[in-house]
Amino acid sequence: MEPMGTLHPSSLSPRDLPWRVCWDRNRCSLCGQCTAVCPVRAIELGVHRRREIPVLMNLSERPGNVYSVFYEIDQKTEPAHACVGCGMCSFVCPNSAIFPVRSEEADKLRFHANQGGEPRRRGGRRNDPSSVLDRIKFVRISMLTDPALDAGRHEFELRTLLGRILPPEEILKASDEDGWVPPVREIYPLIVGGMSFGALSPNMWEGLQMGVAYLNEELGMPVRISTGEGGCPPRLLRSRFLKYVILQIASGYFGWDEIIHALPEMKEDPCAIEIKYGQGAKPGDGGLLMWHKVNGLIAAIRGVPPRVSLPSPPTHQTQYSIEESVAKMIQSLCMAWGFRVPVYPKISASSTTTAVLNNIARNRYAAALAIDGEDGGTGAAYNVSMNHMGHPIASNVRDAYLNLVKIGKQNEIPLFAGGGIGKNGNLAANAAALIMLGASGVQVGKYLMQAAAGCVGSESDRCNICNIGLCPKGITSQDPRLYRRLDPEDVAQRLVDVFVSFDAELKKILAPMGRSTSLPIGMSDALGIDDSAAAERLHIGYVV
Amino acid sequence: MCRLFAITSQEPLSPMVALQALDVMKEGHDGSGVGLFMTDLGGALEQFRGSPILSGIFTQEGIRRLDRYMMELGLLTKFKFSIRPAKEPPEGTPKRDVYLIRVYEQPSTWEGLTEAEFAERLMKIRIELTRLGEQDGSMMVFSFWPDTIVIKEVGDPLAVAEYLGLDRMGLSARVIMAQGRQNTNYAITLHACHPFFLQGFATMTNGENTAFVPIREYLTSRGFPGYTGYQSDSEVFTHILHYTVSRLGLGIDDYKHIITPLMDGELTRHPDSGFLRRLKHGCRFLTIDGPNCVIGCLPNKTLFMVHDSKKLRPGVAGGRPGIFAFSSEMCGLDRAIPVRDENYEFQPMKYDLVYVDASRKEIRRWNQWEPCIHLH
Repeated sequence: MEPMGTLHPSSLSPRDLPWRVCWDRNRCSLCGQCTAVCPVRAIELGVHRRREIPVLMNLSERPGNVYSVFYEIDQKTEPAHACVGCGMCSFVCPNSAIFPVRSEEADKLRFHANQGGEPRRRGGRRNDPSSVLDRIKFVRISMLTDPALDAGRHEFELRTLLGRILPPEEILKASDEDGWVPPVREIYPLIVGGMSFGALSPNMWEGLQMGVAYLNEELGMPVRISTGEGGCPPRLLRSRFLKYVILQIASGYFGWDEIIHALPEMKEDPCAIEIKYGQGAKPGDGGLLMWHKVNGLIAAIRGVPPRVSLPSPPTHQTQYSIEESVAKMIQSLCMAWGFRVPVYPKISASSTTTAVLNNIARNRYAAALAIDGEDGGTGAAYNVSMNHMGHPIASNVRDAYLNLVKIGKQNEIPLFAGGGIGKNGNLAANAAALIMLGASGVQVGKYLMQAAAGCVGSESDRCNICNIGLCPKGITSQDPRLYRRLDPEDVAQRLVDVFVSFDAELKKILAPMGRSTSLPIGMSDALGIDDSAAAERLHIGYVV
Repeated sequence: MCRLFAITSQEPLSPMVALQALDVMKEGHDGSGVGLFMTDLGGALEQFRGSPILSGIFTQEGIRRLDRYMMELGLLTKFKFSIRPAKEPPEGTPKRDVYLIRVYEQPSTWEGLTEAEFAERLMKIRIELTRLGEQDGSMMVFSFWPDTIVIKEVGDPLAVAEYLGLDRMGLSARVIMAQGRQNTNYAITLHACHPFFLQGFATMTNGENTAFVPIREYLTSRGFPGYTGYQSDSEVFTHILHYTVSRLGLGIDDYKHIITPLMDGELTRHPDSGFLRRLKHGCRFLTIDGPNCVIGCLPNKTLFMVHDSKKLRPGVAGGRPGIFAFSSEMCGLDRAIPVRDENYEFQPMKYDLVYVDASRKEIRRWNQWEPCIHLH
């Protein structure tokens, strides 16, 4: 007999993988589309020999072996080729003959996803579907004295402010003395969060930009989009659409050479400058664009050589004293645009957020503070960072807001919350809850990838291969063979759908509370939750 | 929804004028409370115009504590009305020991105080008395200010007035504001009755204040000790007025712009758009989100009324030179001033501010689309 071979410690059977590919021999036409489309080559056409021993009815002939060849779809079990559950095989199969199913038992792959001593890296989001935001209810409904409003017919003003807002006393003084008043933007409270050109495919980026332009120019919704850390295409920098864009600078300074050189040619000021100090999905860790995605275009925009991994440092390397250099950086960027553009930091939610906030509060050039919670998404990070690092957004925003109330600056420093908003599809409810906890607006990324581009990722470790440029939907890939699957026009259309429906839902939340004139920032008396500890922590009602 | 009535007259009037006007609007209030604010006083109190008047409800023990406290500060009683009702209170009204209106003589050490110092001292005394009284319910202080009386009680306005004998006491004033409370979302407490008063500013409101919590947080974080209380969501309207006029040095037209700012799109078409946009931004947390009707009185005795855009049932203004009134409903106006000059009849809408100054010659109207005049 042949030896069975050696079993390696990381030898896995299909049962040990998180996803098994089920294939129906009777339906399969062996067209091969599934094997061609699989982003991780988890399946392949298998050619096998079958031995049969027919039982003969007559005794004159001796029984013997009959050999035949048959074909099937084999699932690979090496960790590098483990099925990610994206389901693209089902998408392309003409006969519905194949689909991935989650293994019934906890997978063993997790113990072997560190081959060569490399911890698992992936894209996506924290693998935890739970959400405190989903449990928050809106319990203050206008009754008796004040009838609820008609969400469909009433006039609403759902705008927020991005920018340092001086206290009224100083506004009046500045008006009298013709003094400087920090720039303030009146914007829509739902912001397209920073997803870089590079992390996203060109088609995805273009689709988002087109959608944002349409929302502004055709529907009058002042929606803004952050570039993420990856620079900005030169034509956009020199177009009138720049005013809808928040330019992000982070510790890698990618693309900023191009931006600075475009300054004299800019027709419009950008909406704002976001200085990224941290990201909720991987707090304390820098950005990461793996070499797979650094093609010629990305390299040109970012000002780097192609095909090298681009890890941003965890902090801005120019910083020696954090407070001092944060202040200087904010001031320098304010100065670059003649103090006409709001400049604000974005940090990952942390138990030290209030310390940062107090520092920002004393810096008159700091326009806002964006806080990104642990449920934020990312194009690439270590699995451990994503799953175990970070702070939930709800209590962090609440603490930050109440801290501002304590020092009387709740109107001066708008807070923007991100991370996990709409993670289970409840975009408007989650956003409204955060606003009532004290946020002036919310930033959202993953939801838009799912709703506007059909990202199949989930909080239960499905797909999550944004980091290696193999996004099966073409959202986070730089390979034209993949990203041409995504039509920018369709992305733009879906983005508009999302914002218009969000707007309708937000009104459906605010109208019964009798709110229409101003965004209910800090209206915590409207909130309740069925968990007394959470209610106490968030200073909201406990309802059962 | 609560019913409001305010009247300003050249000749001092009995508070019963306002309370009777409330009574004819009884369909709109349920008798769960009444508040009465009087200033520009007539009668016996007119001679004490510069001296602070304490208004409140006290137990016997409260009176003793008050006397001890005021004596220590060197404040001596100059004149007083003490109402000690002998008969049983009307249904729903609790039995109290003393309703006090007491005029104090300022100590000689207060001479030379600036107006602001004087105002601050009076406010701090009121706050301290409130704090002391809260411990055992012995003192409930409504105001401590010259030329000002505030009376509040739980119950039907007219029944309370008759019970307290307000018609027989000889009280009179040229400016009277009265509220008949419709209890809805908040508990029936004395402190929920309007008008509210702070350093010469008084307002009363009907309609719920949906933005109450953020506004309260904003006011309490201004570092001004008078921004406290808030057992009613309507108290913030008084304090926003105080903040606008006293702290920011702006006028009631700006108050209108602060509590009910023009929409962003409208602002671009306003002659003062730059200033108003900044004011809207800076006072974002003071925007009310209605539906409210606010009637207020300034220290200079100007009476005004504003609404927000959601107020489906705005108040009415009317009268004749020498006497004007603002009322939740026309029938209240008819009851108080049956003979009016119809040229002054007006129902202000969402952009309007109506006001009558102390000369009481006319009702003036200012519209939010007009340039700002910082009307004091």
